[in-house]
Amino acid sequence: MNAHEPETPEIFNDPERMKAAQRSIQHRQLINTVFKNICMSVAGISVVLLLVLLTAIFYLGYETLTLPFLSSPPSPDASTAGFFPAIMGSVWLLVLVMALALPVGVATAITLEEFKPGNRSLRNVHSVLQTNITNLAGVPSVVYGMIGLTLFVSMFQVFGNEKKPAFEWGVRYFDQFYSDSDQIWLVPVDASDTPETIPHSSMVAFTPNGKKVDLNIIGPEAQWPEGASLSDRTLREDSIPGRIHERSWYYFRIPFGRGVLSGALTLMLVILPIIMTASQEALRAVPYNLREAAWGMGATRWQTVWKITLPSAVPGIMTGTILALSRAIGEAAPLLMIAGIVFISNPPGNIMDDFTAMPLQIYNWAQRPQAEFHHIAASGIVVLLAVLLFFNAIAVYIRNKYQKPLS
Amino acid sequence: MKSLQTSMENNSVIREKNPSAIHISQFDAWYDRYHALKNINIDIPEKQVTAFIGPSGCGKSTLLRWMNRINDSIFKARAEGTLTIHGQDILSTKTDVVALRRRVGIVFQKPNPFPKSIFENIAFGIRMHLNVSKKEVGDIVEWSLYKAGLWDEVKDRLKESALSLSGGQQQRLCIARAMALAPEVLLMDEPCSALDPIATAKIEDLIHQLRERYTVVIVTHNMQQATRVSDYTAFMYLGEMIEFGTSDQMFMSPNDQRTEDYITGKFG
Repeated sequence: MNAHEPETPEIFNDPERMKAAQRSIQHRQLINTVFKNICMSVAGISVVLLLVLLTAIFYLGYETLTLPFLSSPPSPDASTAGFFPAIMGSVWLLVLVMALALPVGVATAITLEEFKPGNRSLRNVHSVLQTNITNLAGVPSVVYGMIGLTLFVSMFQVFGNEKKPAFEWGVRYFDQFYSDSDQIWLVPVDASDTPETIPHSSMVAFTPNGKKVDLNIIGPEAQWPEGASLSDRTLREDSIPGRIHERSWYYFRIPFGRGVLSGALTLMLVILPIIMTASQEALRAVPYNLREAAWGMGATRWQTVWKITLPSAVPGIMTGTILALSRAIGEAAPLLMIAGIVFISNPPGNIMDDFTAMPLQIYNWAQRPQAEFHHIAASGIVVLLAVLLFFNAIAVYIRNKYQKPLS
Repeated sequence: MKSLQTSMENNSVIREKNPSAIHISQFDAWYDRYHALKNINIDIPEKQVTAFIGPSGCGKSTLLRWMNRINDSIFKARAEGTLTIHGQDILSTKTDVVALRRRVGIVFQKPNPFPKSIFENIAFGIRMHLNVSKKEVGDIVEWSLYKAGLWDEVKDRLKESALSLSGGQQQRLCIARAMALAPEVLLMDEPCSALDPIATAKIEDLIHQLRERYTVVIVTHNMQQATRVSDYTAFMYLGEMIEFGTSDQMFMSPNDQRTEDYITGKFG
């Protein structure tokens, strides 16, 4: 079989030639050093750029970055304008986005990685899903804003419009009357679009504290009654009320309207592909033999996922999620479509309340012509960056603390 | 202490018989604070096969990995003492590890061929180190594959991916790859632990032939393998070099009680 044994290569028996043929180690080490330095300096450029950016922003904004700035509402006057509702709006968004996107993203990743079907046509469904996710990651966020506007805010006008929602829970409407002596009387009405109440004598009314009151209604020409106890609760028949509402913490409506929930759902769409991909990568990094070990002991697929695979993947999933959230917190474009630039002086009180967010408020200030507003915009950016850095720090911490060797 | 003396005596006997290729004295190694190797003294003879045996975690691999400074890349690993190969101080910071690793090749526990063709796996190293003609590269590839006993199996599929080979073939490819650089010393870290008996037998044959040309140092868990392939055997235990001698002497009449216990299977 071994027809011929090859001759030992001549060079191996000829030390002189061997020596002559050696490529220069110095030369190779030089190239090594050159490329190492190129890589390091290019990496350094990004750090320098970030530092320049931070310095510039900080220089512009540090004077107006005060405690009142953080705790007061925006104002048409730049010197008293604050960031508080925007910060709280972003916090609300963040909590909601996290609660919405994490389960959906992780569940999708588990479906794709851990429940791969054996059957061919289901496998095709899987690959379509996979392709879809990859494509979704490339969709510009403005487009998601459009989707959010039609799908969440107005729901294709199927359930009324956002001004007159078809279904509402946890809200009460009142017509508000002022008596001549500046007392406020509230009359409950059924829905936001019922006609205005015309005062009549058997009408049920409340004080703003919720105390029931019998009103005294007099004709337009009648004399105003004497005596404080009667005159305070007297209204004329032609009084015109103002419609107000009182929302409880669980207020919910369909369609969702321009509230925090719509914003959060839209941002969820923006970051879902990121969370899905990160979770998939994290699950894929769990060695296959760990799964086989669990299956081999008679665990079901779900038990394997829940007890073995998912715990091992949690650091990776969390890191990806936090980085995705820090993307969500900085997004302005989709929120611009949902919330618009409106003057919001209170933080949201429930998931349907109108809101503003940090990037929106910054955009609002930055587009104004006055230089004072540019300063507070810079202060806002510093706050936003601080929050982002804080999130990234958490991500790094989690990665370092919980990532343990898996094999 | 007694065992250290006997091992020293053995050392000098061995040095008279064969010139030493690797000289190690008062060698200590740490992983961070863990003292992995304690006062190792050994002279590994030239153009012989020396086997390192001992229970898991006793430091065999660590010692091997310091011989060509692969352990450099492990964070917080450090070593002190004397370790010279043909007179060159290996641990010196001035030692060029790139040049060193051509002279001191290493084969790892699991076969780790590059995801390239069989030919390229071997040619990669040759082109990296030697300025030779295309034909000569081919000659060296053929010769090293032949020496590794792989030529007949792969001569018609040199262009195919090395990953298409079986585990045993991959490991022989890795040995061929190391041989092609004409090293002086070939280090093998449990080269057969992932292989079946047939592949193991082929590699043992190969190791046996290798000592015509190279000084071979092999770490093994398999004592039969040590008796089969090695001329000299060193027994290590808990980071210490317990005994070193010719394989015949080590396995027939060990000096140290611990060596005897280990090779008769009383522990480890």
